[in-house]
Amino acid sequence: MSRSTVALQVGMLARRSVVRTLRQPAMVIPALTFPLLLLAINSSGLDSATRLPGFPSDSYFEFALAIAFVQGALFSANSAGTNVSNDVETGFLNRLSLTPLRRVALLLGQLAGILALGLIQAVTFLGVGLVFGAGIKAGVGGALVIVAMSLLISLAFGCIGAFVALRTGSGEAVQGTFPLFFAALFLSSMSLPRNLIESDWFRTIADWNPVSYMLEGIRSLVITGWDGEALALGFACAGTLALLALAATASALRTRMART
Amino acid sequence: MRRGGFISIALAVGWRNVHTYFTNPAFIVPGILFPLFFFTAFAGGLSRVDSIPGFDYSAGYTAFVYGFVLLQASAFGGIFTGFSIARDFESGFSRRLMLAAPRRGGIVGGYWIAAVVRAGFNVLMITIVGLITGLQIAGNGVDLVGLYTLALLVNAAAMLFGSGVAMRLRTMQAGPAMQVPVFLILFLAPVWVPYDLLTGWVQAAASANPLTLALEAGRGFIAGDPTKVLPAFAVVAGLLTLSVLWARGGLRSAERAV
Repeated sequence: MSRSTVALQVGMLARRSVVRTLRQPAMVIPALTFPLLLLAINSSGLDSATRLPGFPSDSYFEFALAIAFVQGALFSANSAGTNVSNDVETGFLNRLSLTPLRRVALLLGQLAGILALGLIQAVTFLGVGLVFGAGIKAGVGGALVIVAMSLLISLAFGCIGAFVALRTGSGEAVQGTFPLFFAALFLSSMSLPRNLIESDWFRTIADWNPVSYMLEGIRSLVITGWDGEALALGFACAGTLALLALAATASALRTRMART
Repeated sequence: MRRGGFISIALAVGWRNVHTYFTNPAFIVPGILFPLFFFTAFAGGLSRVDSIPGFDYSAGYTAFVYGFVLLQASAFGGIFTGFSIARDFESGFSRRLMLAAPRRGGIVGGYWIAAVVRAGFNVLMITIVGLITGLQIAGNGVDLVGLYTLALLVNAAAMLFGSGVAMRLRTMQAGPAMQVPVFLILFLAPVWVPYDLLTGWVQAAASANPLTLALEAGRGFIAGDPTKVLPAFAVVAGLLTLSVLWARGGLRSAERAV
């Protein structure tokens, strides 16, 4: 099978995935509104936290903006998982397994919808941030890096959602994992910088939680400028998670297609 | 007519829902997990917030957060029971139930029993976790009665609101219509810092939010320094009255559809 055939397969499945994701308001609207709602409430409710000695910004809104990107990416897991589990439940994957379709094409195609949603989210959150006065210290280049990191995080969580869906074949199981993603976000440096977290046990969890570094990577571009260490850690955590999740998803897809 | 009376119907419906709740992890986990997330994330991650100049809550930040999470768990216990009502309508169970029950108010009473048990379980779990992680309640026995009575009333108001929505729409898709208003009213109160430290539009929203009074009274009970008790109970009683009327309208709507 030639490369152009695979590219054609990826293109067709990607188009289906993007159209399917974007034409479901129930998938797109919460993924945009909930992070913005949390941002609005957080940034006003915790603005006085900027008075803490050592707080890295005068504006809690700028500090909290990164949360929207990561929380939005968490919705990717849900969207990807729901779409894939739907394909399992409706027998779409069964029918595809009877065709000469390459598994890699199926995997890449399925994830295209998540990346499209991730792009819309990143651009929206960036736009809202700028409209409400957040300055991106790293400038236009930094904004582009924020979008890139946001997409990588969406890919990572989207792959985890797809993996759960392929392993279980159940939309309900995918929904059941959502609180776990939520926990990963809440047990991170989401609300305060790690050096200002007073509880030892919480700081230890936040130190080990890769979501902390994803948040800090994006946050550094907004409130610090170009911080090589924060960016390297952010990209390393998001990239490693994406690679592991992608490998697990590919394996689960192989099992799923073999079974059918 | 004793067997068909209000109480026997309420007990039967309540028992069924409590049994379903405790035998299905998919129902227990979300109700307990979300308040626990909030509790651990805020009490652990934000404990430094009590160092902000002007933060004047004597019982400490864990107790401050506990006051919020207690009301949240109570409200969610009510709202998730609203989800159960919607699910019963979708499965057709409620239709059969309404045909069989001569006193249909007992059905709502049964769901309320389930809501109280759910909220009670959630609050117990959160209190245990809180005590393990250093929660100190300075209030005496009378304060605690006030605190948990307030939580019980919030639970009832949330459950009746949820049942009103569920009985009007009779579909699980009504979930956001139940959850979002309660979520908003909870989070537009002084969640992380006292009212005086809020800024911007959230302070304006908190000043108009009836739950702000309940939250401040609850935190006062925990600190052993009761504050705004009468206004808080009056506001919650008002919410409860509105919720009763709303739920009664929902029941009438469901009866017309049977």
